[in-house]
Amino acid sequence: MKSLKAQQHILSDLHEQLEILQHGDKIHEYKLVPFQQKLEASGLFPLKPTQLEIFQINVGKMCNQVCRHCHVDAGPDRKEIMTRETMQQCLDILEVNDSFTTVDLTGGAPELNPDFRWFTEQLKKLNKHIIVRCNLTIIRANKKFNDLPEFFKTHNIEVVSSLPFYSKDRTDRQRGDGVFEDSIKALQMLNAVGYGLEGSGLKLNLVYNPAGAFLPPSQSGLEKEFKTALKKDFNISFHSLYAITNLPISRFLDYLLQSSNYENYMEKLLAAYNPAAAANVMCRNILSISWDGFIYDCDFNQMLDMKVDCKAKHISQFNSEELQNRNIVVNQHCFGCTAGAGSSCGGAVV
Amino acid sequence: MANHYYNAEDLGKFGNVGEFQKPLADKFFSWYTEVFSEGNLSVKEKSLIALAVAHAVQCPYCIDAYSTDAFEKGWSEGQMMEAIHVASAIKGGAALVHGVQMMNKVKEIAM
Repeated sequence: MKSLKAQQHILSDLHEQLEILQHGDKIHEYKLVPFQQKLEASGLFPLKPTQLEIFQINVGKMCNQVCRHCHVDAGPDRKEIMTRETMQQCLDILEVNDSFTTVDLTGGAPELNPDFRWFTEQLKKLNKHIIVRCNLTIIRANKKFNDLPEFFKTHNIEVVSSLPFYSKDRTDRQRGDGVFEDSIKALQMLNAVGYGLEGSGLKLNLVYNPAGAFLPPSQSGLEKEFKTALKKDFNISFHSLYAITNLPISRFLDYLLQSSNYENYMEKLLAAYNPAAAANVMCRNILSISWDGFIYDCDFNQMLDMKVDCKAKHISQFNSEELQNRNIVVNQHCFGCTAGAGSSCGGAVV
Repeated sequence: MANHYYNAEDLGKFGNVGEFQKPLADKFFSWYTEVFSEGNLSVKEKSLIALAVAHAVQCPYCIDAYSTDAFEKGWSEGQMMEAIHVASAIKGGAALVHGVQMMNKVKEIAM
């Protein structure tokens, strides 16, 4: 399977995605209540940052997997990779901005960036808490990645890994044939060095995404089920499960349109709008940096190329005061983060 | 009135039944919410029971709602179909067990 970009798919045009989100596709005109209107009714518009704490860096779109729901449209054919020079610019910012206590590395598969290990070592020198969003299969994709669990352990990196379900069927449907088996083996390798074990201090958290046009169930109930099933079937332990809602952009938007689920899904998100979740959305304490150094309110806005609403749109112009006082850019996809218990890179928000 | 009895959009209007009789509707929805909350049975188990019952009572609205709900809550297609077979077996059995009544009656009147 190729990325939408490699297919020259109509949705690889970001304007087309925004047009669909605002007006429906060319066949069906469809307009949902504007997200801004819901925020206004909740007394949250314009949406402002709280405290900037998390510096999330997308180090590249290259990935060894091509997941059907991927909002990045990542895959082996994506060549966009952050350079060491851009990484150094990030390090320079983080060195003088103490409010950023956590650096969240994402991709693609961040480990595929040739400077990934150098970068994490430099970040550790700055005494930042580091999260790596590891897709698990990368650990087994090539011998040179087999030592990643040890590398993560050496630098006390928090590992957050996608596992859509504790059964093969649902996982492979979303992430491709064989992904479940490789993910299980990778989780066992992480457990073997101490990740996910009580008292080890090595955090291993899993991410659940619905494998279809529906919302996640209760995060706490699902976490219990995951823990019971993974322990019983594979002797795997982990700390927390993050239930994340699929946002209607990129490949998941393509799936929704192809399967005629788009309108129902948007209605479902709207019906589940929760003001408490809206008040706690992740874009209020995070900045998202793209592989080429542009600044966004979140990874989803990044994929729609909706840059921050202030002068400092690139890390070369970084201005913490401007960014702290900016208005967060919102659009219809934001309904995905405010539905039900809410959704963020750390799972439910209420 | 529409020329068909069921309309998928009407499911979303279920809450409107209070328009004609609010106190009873309020009581129903309060009870309904309580029934489907976590209890001695989990919300996941209750969802599968609801799916099976929806088929037994052949309610298109309930089948729509609880097919989605049960799948969302993590039941597999195979498990959901087995639950429907349980409901069907009880419905089939309920018809068939009345065959005993028929036999009783026939034996009563036959020479």
